[in-house]
Amino acid sequence: MKFVLRPLKDTGFGFNALLAGFGFMLLLGLGAVGYMEHHGHIVTGMSNQVVWGLPHVFAVFLVVAASGALNVASMASVFGKTEFKPLAPLSGVLAMALLVGGLMVLMLDLGRPDRLIVTLTHMNFKSIFAMNIFLYSGFVGFVVAYLWTMLERRMNHFTPLAGFFAFVWRMALTTGTGSIFGFLVARQAYDSALLAPLFIAISLSYGLAVFIWVLILACHAGDRPLGDALVARLARLQVIFIAAGFYFVLVYHLTNLYFTKHHDFERFILLEGGIYTTLFWLGQMVLGCVVPLVMLLHPQIGALRGRVAASAGLVMLGGLAQMYVTIIGGQAFGLVLFPGYQVSSSFFDGVTANYASSLPEWLLGLSGVAATGLMVMLALKVIGFLPERLDDAAFAPHSAAHSAHSAA
Amino acid sequence: MSHDQNTRSALVPSRRGFLGVAAAGLAGVMLAPGVRLIEIAQAAPLTAATGASRQVRWGMLIDSSKCASGCTACVTACNTENGLSGGKLPTDSQWIRKIEIKEIRTGKTQSLPMMCQHCAEPPCVDVCPTGASFKRADGIVLVDKHICIGCRYCVMACPYKARSFVHEPLHDQKADVPRGMGTVEGCTLCVHKVDRGEMPACVTACAEAEHGAILFGDLNNPESDIAKRVASYPSRQIREDLNLNTGVRYSGI
Ligand code: SF4
Ligand code: SF4
Repeated sequence: MKFVLRPLKDTGFGFNALLAGFGFMLLLGLGAVGYMEHHGHIVTGMSNQVVWGLPHVFAVFLVVAASGALNVASMASVFGKTEFKPLAPLSGVLAMALLVGGLMVLMLDLGRPDRLIVTLTHMNFKSIFAMNIFLYSGFVGFVVAYLWTMLERRMNHFTPLAGFFAFVWRMALTTGTGSIFGFLVARQAYDSALLAPLFIAISLSYGLAVFIWVLILACHAGDRPLGDALVARLARLQVIFIAAGFYFVLVYHLTNLYFTKHHDFERFILLEGGIYTTLFWLGQMVLGCVVPLVMLLHPQIGALRGRVAASAGLVMLGGLAQMYVTIIGGQAFGLVLFPGYQVSSSFFDGVTANYASSLPEWLLGLSGVAATGLMVMLALKVIGFLPERLDDAAFAPHSAAHSAHSAA
Repeated sequence: MSHDQNTRSALVPSRRGFLGVAAAGLAGVMLAPGVRLIEIAQAAPLTAATGASRQVRWGMLIDSSKCASGCTACVTACNTENGLSGGKLPTDSQWIRKIEIKEIRTGKTQSLPMMCQHCAEPPCVDVCPTGASFKRADGIVLVDKHICIGCRYCVMACPYKARSFVHEPLHDQKADVPRGMGTVEGCTLCVHKVDRGEMPACVTACAEAEHGAILFGDLNNPESDIAKRVASYPSRQIREDLNLNTGVRYSGI
């Protein structure tokens, strides 16, 4: 097999329109940031009861998806699945773009984004947030090194090594992201050691779903043939990852149901939490899990391109729902200060907090998606991370012999 | 040997320097257009030189059997002292609040003030990425408004809902009590008064309202009223299970 990476040329109207759309979305998001910074977070739906709102939902989704997007590359260089090798560069670029998009949202949602530099001059090493700064910069560093070994022929020998480091690092990264919540022992929703492995499992699923979309769109835009066998392989992986995510969600709720002190929280999420219960069952479970699983369990799945794309889209939607339930639902369920007591106060003790997302929050969250999209599209267009051919014949053994022959 | 040490000492700073440069470079990349970089100068460390003594551990003992349901003298005094608006919207700051509790099993009702518990092992300090949340030597937990980036992680981590995020521009601030939009704040135990040898405003107000439900003092000094009472009468910490060793203790519940 010999794969030649080429920048996308002669991209049509659709590509340019999408590029412009992302650009516009990014501008809107930055406008929203200016607005929020001027007026304060009072113009958002956030409050002292729900301090992390919709921007965190988008940001955490993107960051989690980032480490999962690298998985396709890891499959090739760490687990020896050579059929994914030609996709590894795209996987690396997408991972980086998702991470940067997510972090951008996270930082612009700070109360004082202008003080970002303080996170570098004053660092509390005990804080998992501060540790994440290293995890994130390390991730970008390793992925850049990894891409370099792939793109620079003389460095090809080092690709497995760089790929291995990137793989280990992204495990640490997702563990770190999961731990942001895992350390909040006072809150019923996050008082669980299962959050870190849960986040690793869902990262695989989200990341692959995004990757599938990017791959299909890029091949379409660049008129590159994309083989059914390859798509079917990705779809089968998606099935496994969805199932893994489902497993951890199941264990998380079952262990919570085991501990009496978490029963009220479980009743809240699973039965009585209104929007959170709806999003959990309908968004996270049915749309994000069951429907895509059913859609993907067809023997001819590679040929059913529309179905694969639709199920990947559902996984992403389900993922956003899951982040909403985890992050906002976890806060809406109030802190329990006096177990066994009914409590009331002027500060909303003992009541479920209200949260309604606002337009600026949506614009900020979506601008992270836009930034990611822009970065990936420009990378494809300018540097070229997509092989010329991804059709089934390009992967077939005889074609390997053929290219070896022609190279000789 | 000496050569060895030399290389070591030469290596360590350069590696740090590299990490610093790498991190700074990354931050530079991630700084989106529109992010202002003012106030870098103002972000200088302020945590040192608080002059607090390690010998002292300031604390409070709140007797909920003396605390009157419906009385909010402590809350009003806190708002006045610290220049808080006293608003009760979900976005307004409340450093101290009255909680009414009712035991579900017995129907017994009680009232008590709740504020930052000035934990000896404060989760807010553990999670704060910049060290803006810090504990003074004398046990008072504060937020340095100059280095708080407004990430709200401490609000998420505090088990007592003791922190508020400033959602709006502020007017008419008190000179003694620095606050700022986009940063997090909470009960300071009236540190500016305590450092002058005075009592926190809520303690005085409660005494003036003739309830005397809040006792303030040095938990480390065996001769102080508060230490004696904690030693000889039952008292408890809220959410004792978290082992935070709070500076604010309750009796009568
Ligand atoms: S009560 Fe909350 S804010 Fe106060 S020290 Fe403890 S964790 Fe920190
Ligand atoms: S909001 Fe401020 S004080 Fe709280 S954790 Fe973040 S930087 Fe620290």
